[in-house]
Amino acid sequence: MSAPLLAVENLSISFPGEAGPVRVVDRVSLSIARGETLALVGESGSGKSMTALAMMRLVPKPGRIQPGAHIAFEGRDLLSLSVPDMRAVRGAGIGMIFQEPMTSLNPVTTVGDQVLEAIELHAKLSRAQARSHVIELFGLVGIPDAKHRFGAYPHQLSGGLKQRVMIAMAMAMRPRLLIADEPTTALDATIRAQILELLRDLSAKTETAVLLITHDFGVVNEVADRVAVMYAGEIVEEGSRGELLGHPRHPYTQGLLRSIPKAEARGHRLEEIKGSVPRPGHWPTGCRFHPRCPHAFAPCPGTEPQRTTVSATQAACCHLLDRSVEP
Amino acid sequence: MHWVSDILVVLLASAAVGVCRYVSGDRFWRENATELWRRRPFAIAIVGAYLLIALMDSISWVDPASDANALTSGKPRTIIDRLFVPETFTEASYSAPLASVAFYGGQPLLHPGAHLLGTDLLGRDVVYRTLKGVRVALLIGGLTSLVVIPIALLFGVSAGYFGRRIDDAVFFAMTVLASVPTLLLLIALIMVLGKGTVQVCVALGVTGWVHFCRIARGETLKLRETDFIAAARALGVRDGTIIRRHILPNIAHLVIITFALSFTALVLSETILSYLGIGLDGSWGQMIDQARNELSRTPVIWWNLTGASIALFTLVLAVNMIADAMRDVIDPRTRREG
Amino acid sequence: MAAYFLRRIGYGVITLLGVLLLLFVLFFAVTDPDDIARKAVGERARPEVYAQWKTNHGYDKPLIINTGATGAGRFTDTLLAEHYRRMLTFDFGRSDADDSPISRRLREGALPSLGITVPLFVMGLVVSVAVALFVAFFRETYIDRVVLVLCMLTMSVAGLLYIIAGQYLVGQLLRWFPISGFDPNPAVVARFLALPVLVGVLSGFGADTRFYRTIFLEEIGRDYVRTARAKGCGDARVMVRHVLRNALIPILTNVVVQIPFLFTGALLLESFFGIPGLGALTVEAIQGNDFSTLRTMVYLGALLFIAGQILTDISYALADPRVRLG
Ligand SMILES: Nc1ncnc2c1ncn2[C@@H]1O[C@H](COP(=O)(O)OP(=O)(O)OP(=O)(O)O)[C@@H](O)[C@H]1O
Ligand SMILES: [Mg+2]
Repeated sequence: MSAPLLAVENLSISFPGEAGPVRVVDRVSLSIARGETLALVGESGSGKSMTALAMMRLVPKPGRIQPGAHIAFEGRDLLSLSVPDMRAVRGAGIGMIFQEPMTSLNPVTTVGDQVLEAIELHAKLSRAQARSHVIELFGLVGIPDAKHRFGAYPHQLSGGLKQRVMIAMAMAMRPRLLIADEPTTALDATIRAQILELLRDLSAKTETAVLLITHDFGVVNEVADRVAVMYAGEIVEEGSRGELLGHPRHPYTQGLLRSIPKAEARGHRLEEIKGSVPRPGHWPTGCRFHPRCPHAFAPCPGTEPQRTTVSATQAACCHLLDRSVEP
Repeated sequence: MHWVSDILVVLLASAAVGVCRYVSGDRFWRENATELWRRRPFAIAIVGAYLLIALMDSISWVDPASDANALTSGKPRTIIDRLFVPETFTEASYSAPLASVAFYGGQPLLHPGAHLLGTDLLGRDVVYRTLKGVRVALLIGGLTSLVVIPIALLFGVSAGYFGRRIDDAVFFAMTVLASVPTLLLLIALIMVLGKGTVQVCVALGVTGWVHFCRIARGETLKLRETDFIAAARALGVRDGTIIRRHILPNIAHLVIITFALSFTALVLSETILSYLGIGLDGSWGQMIDQARNELSRTPVIWWNLTGASIALFTLVLAVNMIADAMRDVIDPRTRREG
Repeated sequence: MAAYFLRRIGYGVITLLGVLLLLFVLFFAVTDPDDIARKAVGERARPEVYAQWKTNHGYDKPLIINTGATGAGRFTDTLLAEHYRRMLTFDFGRSDADDSPISRRLREGALPSLGITVPLFVMGLVVSVAVALFVAFFRETYIDRVVLVLCMLTMSVAGLLYIIAGQYLVGQLLRWFPISGFDPNPAVVARFLALPVLVGVLSGFGADTRFYRTIFLEEIGRDYVRTARAKGCGDARVMVRHVLRNALIPILTNVVVQIPFLFTGALLLESFFGIPGLGALTVEAIQGNDFSTLRTMVYLGALLFIAGQILTDISYALADPRVRLG
């Protein structure tokens, strides 16, 4: 297999806390191949957004990426790039869209100009050329009456249209990787399906790899090639979509899947995972999931589980899978 | 009249004790107070010291005729007065700090080396005058606000809560008062009411209440739309109860911060009034104003200005710092959950 | 939009009428016009002098109801009606102190006042906004903290002290600028204005800078800033193209409202530095018990403030597309 498009290794992010730095992302490694769609799932607060922002080197102050991390994009280590080089990667190499289309657009600039800026920053085009490119992009992402909408301000567009503008902005320079951080969470159901379909079509058409952050397994099922599951700052399981949805090996993944309402199982009680996600800085020792785990046993509170490969593409961090530990 | 201020002191002190007991009984306020003390121990200690001095300068009594000498008999004297005995602790005119001879003429002083910050034109001790200014400053900043806040809250909260006619009336009154530039209104009021402590405080109060009122009204309007108050109204809880239980506690932090900020504004604006000749007697503003011309003498007479300016600066800085920390500590946006 | 402006102006007019009522209560009902007259002509003046003075200055009518008149005159031939009529037609009459026409004094004072307030306003704004932008750029570093501490310190000093210290240091010790005085000759006017403007900028610096910094930080924390970074904007571009442009709206509202006050002058600065503007005129009025001039200044101040508010609302509506396009 050729080198992945993006390879994250040993990524830890910390924020200063009352008593020293607090990690919110802990030794995360993952990779994305060209054209592939990787879904990153996990409950709120597990560190998905921070992981994604680290790839753009946009971790908000006063957060810090801990030394020892590597993020290789097309063979270059993003963390050691100069600031102007990194700026060239943002928008052109990696595009990003955010959860809140309502607030993610600049309210005092027309949406056309905002997309135009994404082009101007990276390409030497005349204004007229760039403008027609933007209108073309608007058409591509399904904004009706694109010429007219160029001069619209964000508050004049619906949530779905704003998210389409965000997608147009992120895709303007044909990035090789598109990071979509919960792009549909703020939208209602019908719009959500349209946006997902648009993302899927675009990535297929342009062979863009997608890192899709979500906590909705319905979304995972529709678009993902591979899935990684995060819990308390760590990746606890990863595998292909089929493996993960069909044969989850980590009790957390199993719990997440059991808590999805299924159409055919109507009437059954949904099983929820007991308890809630521990806050950063208050992670339990050993396996971080053990206080909530229905299968927890002797080694769980004491020793950290190692990553165990289950198949060529699936791996999980759980003592149940580790043959050296006797249950 | 001295017993009026004595009674006021007792009232204020018991109010302070009541507030302290409330703060230590309520978890939210106790935690905020602890956090504030942890962040700004010096500033709080400084304000405490000023309060103590003001207190010592507020309690006065008349000596029984048998103990009094000719100079002090029949006059109520405060603790500060008793410490300094200004009747005898004076010189003929200027003397430099810790000097043993007069500034002009060089005659020996009555109290050589005893005037830490020298004496002023009339020979009065500058330290004594500076300490006397503490009470005046706290009177301007504190008492005015303490009188104004309840009135402003009454109008602001009822305007925001009941809306309609009441709101229209209060809002109009606020707009009219706010339309007149503060300093001009202040001057006009003092000119019209006459000079004097009560008049100046009333004038400061009239110009100051608008600010509190606007904040109280705005915040109440916001709160009225929240779910828990809508629910309480739907359940038929009495308006008075809702205001007391839900609205007042939720705007208390804003009122406190605004109080701190308006305190410094009031104390600073008194210096301007003093320059215009309509300030309070014995204030630092007056000392600074008197000291103005002393700078152009040679050699320069700087101690009068220094005493008042440092006292004023320290107080305002301490209160500003506390207000700032308070904003960080009790800002709902940064407030800790649970 | 036009309807909104009309409503806004209508409310402004009503407010102005309210201000006039307030002035009436203060200057005619609370202060006795007889007192003013007695102070002006002296206690021992002959009754006809006294009466003549009252007539000349328009104090010779009943307050609200004229029982001596018939018909509409009962209400129009009174101090209240006269007060409204004169103020609304800008007929300010004569000074209570020296009988000079107030309108003339206003015309004479406006230029020197603008001479100090306009440079003060522009320089103060530029310095504060620039420093605030700079500090917001370096937020959470020691530069930020040092400037914040400086702001806090400068905020805690009384304005009067800045003036005294400025006159002493620059005027007496260093002898760079004249300590006070005014000469409208454009060649030398700057020399007279330099010190007051410097002092004025310094005394407003702390509070303004902190205010603008808060606005900038609020904008920097918004999601669209992250979006701008994600598409490859550099820090400087983010600050100027995105943060500053959005922050201009709250800044504008704060600034426009001050513009009318440029005309009323700077009270303390003018009086201290001997600049014969409207601020100095007001101080003179205070010291000379000149109620009619003071009344006029308060009225003009309020009028300009209300105009400033309307101007602010209009510029706000024009600057923010969310308001402009509804
Ligand atoms: N500025 C900050 N200071 C301190 N901690 C922060 C800050 N920003 C985020 N965190 C912490 O980092 C953790 C991870 O946040 P992140 O936004 O990555 O979660 P997430 O998995 O994306 O959750 P969500 O599904 O809610 O978006 C959270 O627990 C949050 O409390
Ligand atoms: Mg997130």
